[in-house]
Amino acid sequence: MNRKLIWTLAIFGALVAVLAVGLTLNPREVPSPLVGKPAPAFELPLLHEPGKTFSSKEPMGQVWVFNVWASWCAGCRDEHGVLTQFAKTGAAPLYGLNYKDQREDALRWLKQYGDPYQASFYDLEGKVGIDYGVYGVPETYVIDRKGVIRFKQIGAVTPEVMQKKIVPLVEALKRE
Amino acid sequence: MNKLALLFLLLPVLAGAQEKNLEERVSALSSELRCLVCQNQTIADSNAPLAVDLRNTIREQLEKGATEQEVVDFMTARYGDFVLYRPPLKATTLLLWVGPFLLLALGVFLFARRVRKRPEEPALAEEDRARAARLLDEGK
Repeated sequence: MNRKLIWTLAIFGALVAVLAVGLTLNPREVPSPLVGKPAPAFELPLLHEPGKTFSSKEPMGQVWVFNVWASWCAGCRDEHGVLTQFAKTGAAPLYGLNYKDQREDALRWLKQYGDPYQASFYDLEGKVGIDYGVYGVPETYVIDRKGVIRFKQIGAVTPEVMQKKIVPLVEALKRE
Repeated sequence: MNKLALLFLLLPVLAGAQEKNLEERVSALSSELRCLVCQNQTIADSNAPLAVDLRNTIREQLEKGATEQEVVDFMTARYGDFVLYRPPLKATTLLLWVGPFLLLALGVFLFARRVRKRPEEPALAEEDRARAARLLDEGK
């Protein structure tokens, strides 16, 4: 009888442990297979100057932060202050991918909230987004000197993520 | 192992590939892939903008002559194994695949042990039977 009770408790405990871990994971955070891989190359027109194009080879040799945003994206407004503050420190250049947006809307959005980006690239069809495995805007990547993706944040960058993950990583990568 | 598992899952798709037209191939393939925006739907079922884009991407690639395997590789390179509704059999997904069978085997084992161990019912002695009948009668 006693053994039975121990077994029951053990099985119950194991079930609780499995559920405690499983149910607190965020199913929307899909581990990106791109972390540790070279950032996909692209060439896109600039948001501000449609005549000019930007090649992803340009920031090569420096650590840079790549943020996917859109004027229609609510989470982008949440993280905007955090990104602006990061850009002000000048720790690393911040580039934006304006994802599936209308140019006028995007420009108005930047005017209204401020433009922390060194430059934003205009990805109307979202093709570059697909190459970067974007599925929920905003998303943020940290790319190292060799052009390898070292970190990906899905969803808005919170002050905590910025202070505990992005800033230390950028500093460490700059020393590499 | 990974490749073999994928080939296996695509066998029915590959077998019929020749006589199928493009649209059929697109919808067959998109019903194997998960929409990441609305995770419980396939790309074929979902009308999320990303699902539409990915369906178009599949169509474009097939038109250009890509095989089903190449399209699946394209998707997993960007979104990971998670896009596959039938995840490949590999070390990290082994438990997922064999888990249910392990549990079934465990259940059968425990059940069999229990059945075998069950002590035989002692036959009721004559006086006990009489006593039981008496008690039952009393209740009436």
